[in-house]
Amino acid sequence: MSGDPILKVRNIESFYGPIMAIRGVSLDVREGQIVSILGANGAGKTTLMKTVSGVMDPEKGKIIFEGREIQGMEPHKVVEAGIVHVPEGREVFPLLSVDDNLSLGAYTRSDKAEIEADREIVFSYFPILKQRRAQEAGTLSGGQQQMLAIGRGLMGRPRIMLLDEPSLGLSPILVQEIFDILKRLNEERAMTMMLVEQNAAAALDLAHHGYVMEIGRIVMDGSAEDLLKSEDIQNFYLGVQEEGARDQRRWKRKKTWR
Amino acid sequence: MDNLQLLVSGLANGCVYGLIALGFVLIYKATEAVNFAQGDFMMLGAFVTIGLTNTEYMGLPFWISLPISLSIMAAMGYALDRFVIRLMFGQSQTAVVILTIALGFVIRFVAGLIWGHNPQTLQNPLAGREVAFGGLVLGLEDVAVIVVTVLLTWGLYEFFNRTRLGLAMQGASQNQLAAYYMGIPVKRVQGLIWALAGAVACVAGILFAAKGSVDPNAGLMGIKAFAAAVIGGFGSLPGALAGGLIVGVIEPFASRYIAAGYSQIAPYALLLLVLIFRPNGLFSQTRVKKV
Repeated sequence: MSGDPILKVRNIESFYGPIMAIRGVSLDVREGQIVSILGANGAGKTTLMKTVSGVMDPEKGKIIFEGREIQGMEPHKVVEAGIVHVPEGREVFPLLSVDDNLSLGAYTRSDKAEIEADREIVFSYFPILKQRRAQEAGTLSGGQQQMLAIGRGLMGRPRIMLLDEPSLGLSPILVQEIFDILKRLNEERAMTMMLVEQNAAAALDLAHHGYVMEIGRIVMDGSAEDLLKSEDIQNFYLGVQEEGARDQRRWKRKKTWR
Repeated sequence: MDNLQLLVSGLANGCVYGLIALGFVLIYKATEAVNFAQGDFMMLGAFVTIGLTNTEYMGLPFWISLPISLSIMAAMGYALDRFVIRLMFGQSQTAVVILTIALGFVIRFVAGLIWGHNPQTLQNPLAGREVAFGGLVLGLEDVAVIVVTVLLTWGLYEFFNRTRLGLAMQGASQNQLAAYYMGIPVKRVQGLIWALAGAVACVAGILFAAKGSVDPNAGLMGIKAFAAAVIGGFGSLPGALAGGLIVGVIEPFASRYIAAGYSQIAPYALLLLVLIFRPNGLFSQTRVKKV
C-alpha cells in the first residue's frame, strides 16, 4: 500500500455545457488496489470516469497517471498510456464477432503473439466467450456482453481498468459471478481497478478503498471496511434499518456530511 | 438471348450505381452524414482519369494514370472531411446535407470549366472490343465492369474483415463511443473512410467513363444511386451493391417493356414500394441494443 498512487485526480471540474457535473473531485488509486466510487444517479460518477479516460475534457484540475499529466488528452492517447475504460451499458460492437470485438480491444497494440496469448487469458476467465467466439456480439445475452466488455478491456493490457457499472441490468447471480471474476483478476493479475457502482454492497465487498460521491463532490472516503461499518453508508447506501427505528425516530435522519 | 444481353448490360450499369451507393453507405455508416456529392465525386474521378489518360490532354498510359487518379480522389475525400465536414461537427445534419449538395454543384461547374460540357469517353485498353459466348455478344467493357466490381467488392470485404484498420472502421461506425474507449483514433479513421469512399467513387467513374461517356452532369445519377442505397437498406454495404444491381437491371427491362415515359420512373416506383413494405431496406443490418 506504500508508494505514490498510480492515478491521482486533483480538483477536477467538468461541465456538460453550462451544468457543472463535477465540482472539484480529488482521489487516489494505488497500484494493485480496487477503488470503488459509490453514489446515486447523477452524482457525477460516470462523468468522472469519462474525464479520466479523456472522452470528456475537464475545465480545471489535474489527472496524473504514473507521474504524467493526462487531463484533456485524446482518448486513444490515454488508452496507449495504459488506462482502459469499460463503459456503462457494455457498448460492444454489435455486428462484429466476439473475436473481432476482442481484437479491437487490442487496437493500440501490435505485438501479435502477445495479443493472441492475452486472448487465451481472457478466454480462461470467461470460458463462455470462447464458446461464442464466432457469434455476433449483439446476439449475446446481457451478462455475456458485460463479460465481453471486460474481456475486451483486458485485451488492451491496461495498467488500470475503469469499470463503469458492470452490474447494470444483470441478475444478482450474474453480478456475483462477474464480481468474483473481477476479484480474481485483481488477486491473480494484480489488476488495478477503479469501479463505479450503485450496488454499494457488492462494490464495497470487492474494493479496498471507497469514495462516496454526491452532486459532483466527494463527501466521504475511507477503507472499504470502515465504509461498510459507517452508519451513514449503511443507512443510505446499504439499506440497513436500525432496530425499532419506527418507534423511536420521528425525525428524518440527516447525512452527517450535510 | 435478348433478355440475357439486357441483363448483362443492366448488371454493368448496376455495378456503377452500386459502387456509388457503396460510397454513400460507407460515409453514412461512419459519420451519420450523407454525402450528396458522391455522384459528382464519381464524375470528377472519371474526368480526372480522362484528363490524365486521353491523348488530347496529358496522354499518360492508362495503368499509370489509374493509381494517380485514385490517389487524387482519395485525397479529395480525406481533405473534404478534414477541412470541411469536421469543422461542421455539432451542426445539424441538414447543414451537412446542404453543404454536400452545394459542393456537388461546385464540382459540376469546375469540371465543366476544365474539361468542357461535351460527353467524353475514357480511352482505355478494352475500348470497342467484344466477346462472344455462344450466340451472346457482349461488350468487353461491360464484362470488365462486372469483373472489376466483383474484385473490388471482394477486396473491400477482405479489408474490412481481415485488417486491423478495416475492423477499426467497422467498430467506429457501429459504436463510435466504444471505439473511442478502445483507443481507436475515431476522427482519423473517419477521414480514411472518406478517402476510401473517394477512391471507390473514382473506380465507379472510371468504369462509367470507360463503357459509355461522361459529362459534368453525369454526377446527377448519384440520385439514382442514392435510391439504390435506400432500396438495399441504408447502412448495409452488401445491400448497397445489391440495390445498385437491382436498379441497374430494372432500367433496361423497363425501357424495353414499358412505354417510354413510364420506364424512367421504374426505379423510383420500386423505391416507393420498398419504403412502404420494408422501410429498413431489403438487406437492412440493424440490431436492437440489449439493455
